[in-house]
Amino acid sequence: MSFLIGKEMSAGYGGTDILHSCTIGVEHGEIAVVVGPNGAGKSTAMKAVFGMLPLREGSVLMSDRDITHLKPQDRVRNGMGFVPQNNNVFTSLTVQENLEMGAFIRRDDFSDTLTQVFDLFPVLKEKRSQAAGELSGGQRQQVAVGRALMTQPQVLMLDEPTAGVSPIVMDELFDRIIEIARSGIAILMVEQNAKQALSIADKGYVLVQGSNRYTDTGSALLANPNVRKAFLGG
Amino acid sequence: MSNFAIVPGLAYGSQLALGALGVTLVYGVLRFSNFAHGEIMSFGAMVTILVTWALQARGINLGPLPTALLALPVGIAITIGLCLVTDRLVYRYYRQTKTQPVTYLIVSVGVMFFLGGLIRFIIGPNDQVFNDGTRFIMKASAFKEMTGLNQGLAIKASQSITVVTAVIIVCVLFWFLNKTRAGKSMRAYSDNEDLALLSGINPERVVMITWIITGALACIAGTLYGLDKSYKPFTFLQLLLPIFASAIVGGIGNPFGAIAGGFVIAFSELFVTFAYKKVLAYLLPIGFAPDGLVQLLSTDYKFSVSFMILVIVLLIKPTGLFSGRAL
Repeated sequence: MSFLIGKEMSAGYGGTDILHSCTIGVEHGEIAVVVGPNGAGKSTAMKAVFGMLPLREGSVLMSDRDITHLKPQDRVRNGMGFVPQNNNVFTSLTVQENLEMGAFIRRDDFSDTLTQVFDLFPVLKEKRSQAAGELSGGQRQQVAVGRALMTQPQVLMLDEPTAGVSPIVMDELFDRIIEIARSGIAILMVEQNAKQALSIADKGYVLVQGSNRYTDTGSALLANPNVRKAFLGG
Repeated sequence: MSNFAIVPGLAYGSQLALGALGVTLVYGVLRFSNFAHGEIMSFGAMVTILVTWALQARGINLGPLPTALLALPVGIAITIGLCLVTDRLVYRYYRQTKTQPVTYLIVSVGVMFFLGGLIRFIIGPNDQVFNDGTRFIMKASAFKEMTGLNQGLAIKASQSITVVTAVIIVCVLFWFLNKTRAGKSMRAYSDNEDLALLSGINPERVVMITWIITGALACIAGTLYGLDKSYKPFTFLQLLLPIFASAIVGGIGNPFGAIAGGFVIAFSELFVTFAYKKVLAYLLPIGFAPDGLVQLLSTDYKFSVSFMILVIVLLIKPTGLFSGRAL
């Protein structure tokens, strides 16, 4: 049984459904990656699991608890961390203030968590007093991920974390994500860079037009000739 | 020149700055231009005046300082109450239905008319002078004696109180916004509303804190203005233009900009309408002294100055001096 699972979700933004009985889930300490062509509904599936989109059908379960009715803020309180694709930092606040805002719901002393985040992303410690809007794209992503980690979530959801980031920085980011997963946090990630993402994934979901097409381990999907031909370029 | 330009400029600039701070806060956090702000200032001043009269009737005073300062905390409390009630009765509905910012603006105009009428109903439309305590800290004649200069420098008590109060308020506000958790959450909410909600910041609480600060600022600004010049309900309608000009010129949404903008507008208004006759008479050789007052613009055009500066800034650098939100 998965730790976090969005089961057979059907949802949409208006009249038509974008997701059709889609299922994505992740275990503790596991990296699950959702890939697929443009318009497949990857980000939509993510938003549905996070609660930003109401489900017409299906449910979201965390530790076997039904959280389908919970608002996003409440899901954050219950151990979910979410890193949106765009507008994911407070640009006019400093790096340190961004991280402090990330821990807003915590009433206890979070300096330990702050140290952990700085250990994970040393460049953030250097630039802690700089406004987040002045940082480069890769550094901003690090702030965004760090911000989500401040609540010490049990599952971290990332929406295209490497969008608009150079290949070297992408490798670094994936290294960090592996480190985070190793500390026990479940990682659910939507990615466009399918090949690289699947190479670090424990489980992969290939979505096409809002429904599951292939579900398997990352390496199996990489080896699958159909998947390779359709999405990975042979 | 200091007499009629620099010293009053500092005082007027402080008053505008305090007013503009309120406007810029509401714009940054609540995301609309609050046209009722002038009337909130007027209301705050009115309550302070009424309490001052009550105190004066009982013979309580503050010695050399104006009694109004004693009455100010009460005025602030009641003005904050007014802002919170207005928000609950009027603005909250529009927040819940997620209306356009322009609608809020029109609604605030409605609030402006209502408040204006209410104030004139309570205190009457006439001029009220309520400044007691010493009038001048430094008299022109005393200054001439002290420094031996030919020109006198007069500093009214109300002007120095204005500047001192403004400095204290601004320091407290900046400390609040930059060092406290609540202040940072307000800045975060103003920066990125969705991300702030995601982070668990309570929007209703942020709105409440914003109105509290705005109400306090408006009451203080209105009272200081009334102490310095005189209280007339109609002036606050006209003051809206320089106040908004200050906020926009400095960069709307940016508190630092509101303060800078306040002084830019105040000094510009005074220097452009200043009678340079005496200065020129002093500088130029005798015989060249000008006949007229040598004003760049006559005093009647005082308000047009802020309007002109506003237009120029919007044409050249719309985000204002300190890059607030672009309009």
